[in-house]
This record gives sequence, structure tokens and C-alpha cells, in this order.
Amino acid sequence: MRPPTGPATLAGLSPEVALPIHATMVRIRVFETRVTELFAAGKLPGFVHTYLGQEAIAAATCRHLRDDDYITSTHRGHGHAVAKGMPTNRLMAELFGRETGANRGRGGSMHVADFSLGMLGANGIVGGGFGIAAGAGLSARRRSSGQVAVCFFGDGGINKGPFHEALNFASVKALPVVFVCENNQYAQFTAIGRTSAVEDLAVRATGYDMPGMTLDGNDAGAVYAAVGTAVEAARSGEGPALLNCVTYRHSGHYVGDAEVYRDAAEVEQWRAADPIGRLELALVAAGWVDAADLEATWEAARAETAAAEEFAVTSVDPDPATALDYVYTPAGEVAP
Amino acid sequence: MKRMSFGQATVDATRLAMREDERVIVLGEDISWGGNFGQFRGLLEEFGPDRIIDMPISEALIMSAAVGAAMTGLRPVASMSFLEFTLGAMDEIVNQAAKMRYMSGGQVSVPLVLRASDGILRSSAAQHSGSLEALFTHVAGLKVVAPSNPADAKGLLRSAMDDDDPVVYLENKSITAKRGPVPEGDHRVPLGSASVVREGTDVTLLTYSAMTLRGTDAAATLADEHGISAELIDLRSLWPLDFETVASSITRTGRAVIAHEAWLTGGYGAELSARISEELFADLRAPVVRVGAARAPIPFSPPLESAVVPGTDAIVEAAIRAAS
Repeated sequence: MRPPTGPATLAGLSPEVALPIHATMVRIRVFETRVTELFAAGKLPGFVHTYLGQEAIAAATCRHLRDDDYITSTHRGHGHAVAKGMPTNRLMAELFGRETGANRGRGGSMHVADFSLGMLGANGIVGGGFGIAAGAGLSARRRSSGQVAVCFFGDGGINKGPFHEALNFASVKALPVVFVCENNQYAQFTAIGRTSAVEDLAVRATGYDMPGMTLDGNDAGAVYAAVGTAVEAARSGEGPALLNCVTYRHSGHYVGDAEVYRDAAEVEQWRAADPIGRLELALVAAGWVDAADLEATWEAARAETAAAEEFAVTSVDPDPATALDYVYTPAGEVAP
Repeated sequence: MKRMSFGQATVDATRLAMREDERVIVLGEDISWGGNFGQFRGLLEEFGPDRIIDMPISEALIMSAAVGAAMTGLRPVASMSFLEFTLGAMDEIVNQAAKMRYMSGGQVSVPLVLRASDGILRSSAAQHSGSLEALFTHVAGLKVVAPSNPADAKGLLRSAMDDDDPVVYLENKSITAKRGPVPEGDHRVPLGSASVVREGTDVTLLTYSAMTLRGTDAAATLADEHGISAELIDLRSLWPLDFETVASSITRTGRAVIAHEAWLTGGYGAELSARISEELFADLRAPVVRVGAARAPIPFSPPLESAVVPGTDAIVEAAIRAAS
């Protein structure tokens, strides 16, 4: 696919919707940029997959979600966590492995979760979220809660068996689940065109008798519109949908990836199709913001990330004496 | 007490739990037809298709949907039919169900029960005869139970369904139809409590699941024909394990035989034997002896099946060896 260019779509959006989406995208961008630097400097344990370049998808999707709606996320999950409302200080502290982290340092980058926000966890297993999202949808249905579950996954995940199992089941039961494919075009190091029988991944929805749509995942307005339709349908009992949001990783698979599998020219072209730049073009053209407003948004994000880093750096590590806490549930902890 | 089969006892436990708690649902293949062994018979009629949910033959989905439901306010029971079918869902069991609570720093519990039929029934052959409990006891975050009789089947299932963590509930095919007395009403057997089936002084026999029946026969033979007084302990729960009951017996007998249908190599008996050696070495008067299946896929041919899977005789021989 050729990189899309030009301003993002604002049809159907208002400043009240578009500006918070933009702010979320910028917050993710600044956060992930700093995470990349911290990892490169050896400050973070483990390894890190950043969301750089894909910000429009999480930010625009989660704008449709209630606090109690569910999302399942991936190994590339920081953006989903921020978009669902996780405070960045708790996210950053988790990346540092601190006791003050979202998961008390037990999970790290690939497992960040906030169940109080319906964020059912990033997942270190590609495709780990498909069935969990279906189960959350089943649960919402059983409890008549009106909640929906959004399953974020990548083009790599689409070739896992559970993709097919979960889409089929969600469709059979008309579950309130929206399957959002963040098609960044590379499954780890391998271009999706080499491993998928169909080029247009939305075609796969046909086999499960659900709506499928391919869209420009670097256009926040396009994502907002498509997800809005899908979430509304899911919430009103019409069942699931598959959205193939075409995007691009600005970084490699993980921070430090030598990226021998893709051309520098291709990367440059897609960087020019940056979702934040394209949204800003549209916002300025519409007269909803000016350069000073944009700078204020970026400055606020920089201050937020700096504060998150400060919080994480000054937080304590978990006490080794607690290494076996949370394996099993203590009797009486869960309300009967 | 009413007499009922192992399978009926599990229906009884499930029915009581479902009446008491609206959050309990059952997911599995063919369960509205009662399941392969009648272990879900009658539940659809009482609780309807919103709670007794027939699933596609999608094992990974069954498990992961159970995980998703368990993390969002329900208490699912996932029926995986034959135990080997769980192998298509090991990611969901090991990476998701077992680890989610820990990975999240205790934000969430995963209250689900994985039910699966293990063991050997009339030449069910290599892919339907497995005893794979060691795969599950190995995994931090899981609990594993393997009852041997209808009363424990009911009591352990009830406790498993009460539990806030994922419990693997193994129901051996060869004993699903066996009948026995079952307490009526709210009967529970706590996880992590072994049962002394027969008291003895010379050797401790440690069994669970169907092997407890063979252990019972073996203990009788040992007393009647060999003058050996065997104490038989049905472990019932493999994790958590009631090591206290195990230890108090071995401290007296000084000898232990562990018998299971699973492969000997790397089986649950290996772990148990190691622990006995480490913690009770001073009390042992002979090496711990293990009885388990030979290192071959379970054959179809009845005589070959008998050659691979240990019967009562193997336990008797092992006990004589331990006691000599």
C-alpha cells in the first residue's frame, strides 16, 4: 500500500472530539519517544516495543469507549494503556519495574494492565487477546451491562488460530466485540504480504459473516468514524466487526531492532504519512487550532512525560520478600 | 447419602453452585447434550443456553473466553472434554489463565475451573488416554485436583468452583460411571486435603484418581497374601498438596510407594518422591518406589495397553520391594 498523504479527515468530528484525540496522540508520541531514549540508555529492564506511528488508532478508538468498556492489547501496548486512561506515571513506573507501577512491577512493558479502566492487559503472546475479548464480550452480554470489548491486535496476530476461533464465535453469538487490526504491515520482521493469502485483511471478515473494512489507520478521523459505527453496532446487539487499520511502525519491531528487513526509503515515506502531522494539518486548516495551541499541547505532553519519568525514577523497586505475592488469591480477598 | 455415579456427582455439584451463584456459566463442546460421560446432563434444562453454552470445537477459544469472562465478573467452568484437547489451549492455560493474576500485580483473579477427562477407558488409544497432570502441577498459578470417587468428585468440584484461582479438575474416564455414596446438599472437600483411605503400618501407598481404586485392591492383596500392612492415602489434590498427611504417614511407616497412570518419567510421582527424599530422608527406611506408565504412547491393543499401564499387580510388587 502506498503511504497516504494529506490532512486527516475531520468530517463528523468536532473540536471537542478531535482535540482530545490529538492530545492523546501527542502524549503517546512524547512518552514513547522518551521510552526509546531510556531503553537505549540502558535505564529500562527487559525489552520494549513502542507504539510510535500508530497513535491515531488507539486514540481515536478509545474516544468511543466508556470507562467500563474493555480493551485487550498487545506487546505493543503502551499507546492502548494511555488512550484508555492509564496515568503515564504508573505506566512509566511499570516500565521501570517499580512497586508503584500499574502492575506493581510484576508485569512490565508487555503486560501493562489496569482492570479498573477495563484495560485487560497488554499481552506478550501474539493473538493472546482474541479469546479474552470474546470472553469479556460474553460476560458483558450475560451481565446485561451494555459494555463492549475492543480487541487490538496486529497483522501478525491475524494468522493465529485464535483469530479465526474468536471471530467465528463472536459472530455466532453476536457478541459486543470490535476487532481492530493495527496493520503496521510487518509481523515482527516479515511483511504481511508474504504470509497472508489475501492482501486485504478485511476480506477475512466475510468468512465470519461480519462487517469488514479496510481504512487509513494514520487518519484519526477515518478511524474515529469507522470505530464509531462498529462500537455502536456492537453495543446495540448487532454483533462484531473487523476493522483493518493500515498503519506503519516508525520504529523496528522492538527498540534496538536493526531493521534489515525494510528499506530506509519506505520508512521515510511512511514517516511522511505521520498520523499526528496529518491531523495537525487538518486541525489548523479547519481553524480549530493555531501553531501556539499545538505547541502548548506538545509542551504539556513533554511536561507530563518528564513528571512520569521523575515519578518512576524516584519510586522504589518491589521488596524481594514479596516475590511470591499475587500467584494465588488469598482466601477472602475477592468479594463472594 | 444417595448413591450416584462420579459423573452424576459432578452434575449435582454444578447444579448447586449454579443455583447459588448467577455468575457461574459452563462453556464446552456438546454440553447441552450432557457431555461425553453425562457429566453435564440436565443442566441445560434447568439453566438454559445462556449459562450452559455449547462451544465450537475451538479449544483455544474455549479457554481464553473463560479467562476473559473470569476476569470480567463471571465464574466460568470450561469443559475441555478429553484431556488431550487441552493441548490445543496450552497457551491460554499457561500464559493467560495461570499468569494473569501475577502479571497484573494482583489486580485481578481468574476464577475458572478447567474440567477434562483423563486416564484410560477401554482402548481409547494414544490421543484419548493421557494422564497429563504433571504438565499442570508444574505451572505456577494453577491448582490441580484429581478425585477418585463420587463423594470427592462432588466435594472437590464444589471447592474448585468456589476458588478464586484457575483449577484444573481431572475426571478419570475409567471411573466416571462408578457409583458410590454422595452426601446431599452443600458437600465440599477443601483443596489441599488428602484422605487416608486405609490405615496401615508397614508402607505408605500414595495415589490419586483411578489409581486409588487399584491401590485399594493392592492394599487388600498385600494384607491377605503377603502380610504387609499398607496405609493408602488418596492425595485428591495435587496442588495444593496436603504434604502434612503424607509426611505423618511416612514418618510412621518409613516406606513409600507412589502410583499413577501417567508416564513415570517426569511424572507427578517424581516431584513427590523428590520432596519426600528431601524432607523425610531421616525417616525413610527404604528408597521411595514409583509406579507409572511405561514410556510409550498408550496403545490401542488391549494386551498392549495392559503391558504399558500399571495395574494392581504393579503396586503390589512395588510395595513388596519397598517393604523388603
